[in-house]
Amino acid sequence: MIELTVNGTKHQVDVVPEMPLLWVLRDELGITSPKYGCGVAQCGACTVQIDGMAVRSCQAHIGEIAGKSVVTLEGLEKRDQHPVLQAWIEHQVPQCGYCQTGQIMQAISLLDLIAQPTDEDINEVMSGNLCRCGTYPRIRAAIHAAAAKKMAEK
Amino acid sequence: MAPQTYSRRAFVFGSAAVAGGIAFGLYGDPVQAATASDNPLTAGLGPNSATFNPWVEISPAKITLIAQHADIGQGVGSVQVILIAEEMDLDPGQFEIRFAGPSPAYFNTGFADEFAPFVAADQSPAAEEARAATLEYLRKTGLQMTGGSSTIPDTYQKLRVAGAVARETLKAAAAKRAGVAVADLRTQSGNVILPDGKKIAYLDLAADAAQIAPVLDAKPRDPSQWRMLGKPMTRLDVRSKVMGELKFGIDMRMDGMLYASVKLNPNKGQPLKSYDASKAHTMPGVKKILEIKNGVAVVATNSWYAMEAVAAIDCEWAPSAYPAEQADHWKVLEASFKPEFLGKEWRKIGDVEAGLKAGTRVEAEYRAPYLAHQPLEPLNGMGLVTDKGMEIWVGHQSPQFVQNIAAAAIGLKPEQVTFHNQWTGGSFGHRLEYENVRVLAEIANQMRGTPIKLVFSREEDFLQDIPRQIAIARHKGSVDNGKIVAVDLQLASTPPLKGLLERSGIPSKDPDGQLAAGLWNVYYDIPNFRGTSYEAQGLSPSTTWRSVGASTAGFFTESFIDELIHAAGLDPMKARIAMCNVPTYRKVLETVAEMSDWKGPLGNGRGRGVAFVEAFGTPTAEVVEVTKTDQGIRIDKVWVAVDVGKVVDPVNFENQVQGGVVWGLGHAINCELTYAKGAVQQTNYNHHEAMRIYQCPVIEVRGLENDPKVRGVGEPPVPPAAPALANAIFAATGQRIREMPFNKFIDFV
Repeated sequence: MIELTVNGTKHQVDVVPEMPLLWVLRDELGITSPKYGCGVAQCGACTVQIDGMAVRSCQAHIGEIAGKSVVTLEGLEKRDQHPVLQAWIEHQVPQCGYCQTGQIMQAISLLDLIAQPTDEDINEVMSGNLCRCGTYPRIRAAIHAAAAKKMAEK
Repeated sequence: MAPQTYSRRAFVFGSAAVAGGIAFGLYGDPVQAATASDNPLTAGLGPNSATFNPWVEISPAKITLIAQHADIGQGVGSVQVILIAEEMDLDPGQFEIRFAGPSPAYFNTGFADEFAPFVAADQSPAAEEARAATLEYLRKTGLQMTGGSSTIPDTYQKLRVAGAVARETLKAAAAKRAGVAVADLRTQSGNVILPDGKKIAYLDLAADAAQIAPVLDAKPRDPSQWRMLGKPMTRLDVRSKVMGELKFGIDMRMDGMLYASVKLNPNKGQPLKSYDASKAHTMPGVKKILEIKNGVAVVATNSWYAMEAVAAIDCEWAPSAYPAEQADHWKVLEASFKPEFLGKEWRKIGDVEAGLKAGTRVEAEYRAPYLAHQPLEPLNGMGLVTDKGMEIWVGHQSPQFVQNIAAAAIGLKPEQVTFHNQWTGGSFGHRLEYENVRVLAEIANQMRGTPIKLVFSREEDFLQDIPRQIAIARHKGSVDNGKIVAVDLQLASTPPLKGLLERSGIPSKDPDGQLAAGLWNVYYDIPNFRGTSYEAQGLSPSTTWRSVGASTAGFFTESFIDELIHAAGLDPMKARIAMCNVPTYRKVLETVAEMSDWKGPLGNGRGRGVAFVEAFGTPTAEVVEVTKTDQGIRIDKVWVAVDVGKVVDPVNFENQVQGGVVWGLGHAINCELTYAKGAVQQTNYNHHEAMRIYQCPVIEVRGLENDPKVRGVGEPPVPPAAPALANAIFAATGQRIREMPFNKFIDFV
């Protein structure tokens, strides 16, 4: 049994330690906002936070993160009022929406690191998150809007 | 329009419907066509519930609106039901959305224009008569399919009529109950309002409405009265997608389910010869190892165990029927410009041979590779086979064919397969094919009684992805006295639509109409014109990929026109505007010129290119601006003008156009699929990257409403992107790129 904490809840899972966190979340725990896209850290759809850092959950072996705190989009504090999620809704970013939970988790991490990111900062941090529908112009606009929202709240 | 010679029998779906001039009147009212007897909702109605047509169902507990077209990210899960809700005076939150099951009542009227053998701008009586005949053919076949940018053309009228019928029927029920005249009633936010201001909720009228005949002569409202349509509304699926709450097909769970993954012969269409699963048998979580028609499957306690175990199985595959190596695919294409491979001479104007002899001759060869679809949600599905039949939960664009394919795979009748459509993480044409459907049926049939959730690994998805057509164009033209006098457009390609139809069980012997797209619908005044397709034989199966034939031919044609304009010493924008012979299309070009403030060459390593393509009836003009930098070409900005007749959902419209540009540019720059030893060599996104955010330009969009018909927008923004970029690179550097992907010839930032 491996114990892990997801969104504040402790879970025990009976899987091999090499199993990626992504599949533990999705198939063992039924937490489905982290998405399987590539399995090799090329698309970012599986992005979650581990101890506050954005991580590709397809690359994190469950045996190595026992005891750490995992937060998925479902577990974000005050999710309904979260400035990044609000900006995503206001700009109507999603098309198919499959990559967007990963995009949002990466964008939250970006804004934690850089409060007012430039377009270059966005290119740097968000280029690991693939969107096949091509919502990039809206992702960019939503990140700038969320940054402004966060500043206004301070 | 310039005079044209068309064969009247050139239907993609066959020619039976064309015989005899069929009158128009019968086809106009799809709601009437679906009478109570063939309304598929009737059979499933609960007590005290009513349905007025195949799109509206009301019970005392809830109102359900049916989305007949699959949502593949293009937003139609929202706009279809808004079309109904607008007329019913329902607000978001007052109804549920359900995807339609298979039924001929949901036949796609929107294909009539695309399948009739006339270019879109030709709205002559003969063209309209052929479209009406095609519509009648579609009605008879009952084909229910999402694709061809047809959702809005199909539903714009019929779903508003469906909503109006529901509204007027509910008013009639309220009038009867309250003893007042229908004319004294109005509706608002899910209620009928009586003359004294009292409200009766629609839900309370369900039982009454079930007792009266639907009011079939209800008329949809004038757009000036719209509350939601045509205004910047919020897509109904946006919030649940942002909150991570929307369940895609891959997110589905059932009690007692097991997980499956597969390894199939990468030599597409060929069987398994033998396999060794001794290692896989000992791996964690493995429940069952199954042999299926063209490969092996592992059933396990989670998806990852299934993927790991199936990867550990050694398989011996039967070799490919197509050439094993990519170089030989090109050789076959090169040798296909011969009479025995003729698809069709789609259009001929004037005397091309004589025209080519006049003035300065220009010749060029262009190439476009195979490409993968690879939506981010991999192929998947849930299946359960019992003695009664099969239930299948899968996101798909062709419900009836899912039934047929699954049934045929395991010896059932189609009606024994119950299909539940799912929200999908993209498609781009991928979910018109059946790789996952047949395989899932086989696995579930061997695991009877256990729900099976199948997920393809990304690598397997790439290997089984039936690609976009590969094509070569050999174009000739001549210019004289500052004018284009002749154009002879010839292309050889694998046939994408023919392949799809064959795999769907409705093979066609007619020339592949998608190879005419972008080749014959050229709206420039050129006195001598010919457009001819050749269909290469024996190559990789090919299928529809966002914008289909126009994704390759649009690049070839609009690059070549640019070369001719250059040879004639003209400005690329002014020359196109001057040559364009359809007034509404000329307006699209003029609009993009105005948006981009086009004033000719920019200089200083900067360049602009323009391209104009009509695809699926929608004319789109794009200007791309690039800068040559030390790191390579940087795409700075794109301006797009599109005429769809009516912009129904403006925010989503802009999102679709931007996404189409990103799709067109990203694949043109970065992507190809190549075969080696019969399998594609690109098996994950690092080998087939398309566009990431760092390469994405600013994209400015304007929708026009001059076309007399309402058009779709999912695909049309794709084809002009590649030629506009190639033309911009030429303007900035003097280098003509005639083959995709462009990064084989020039670096990009």
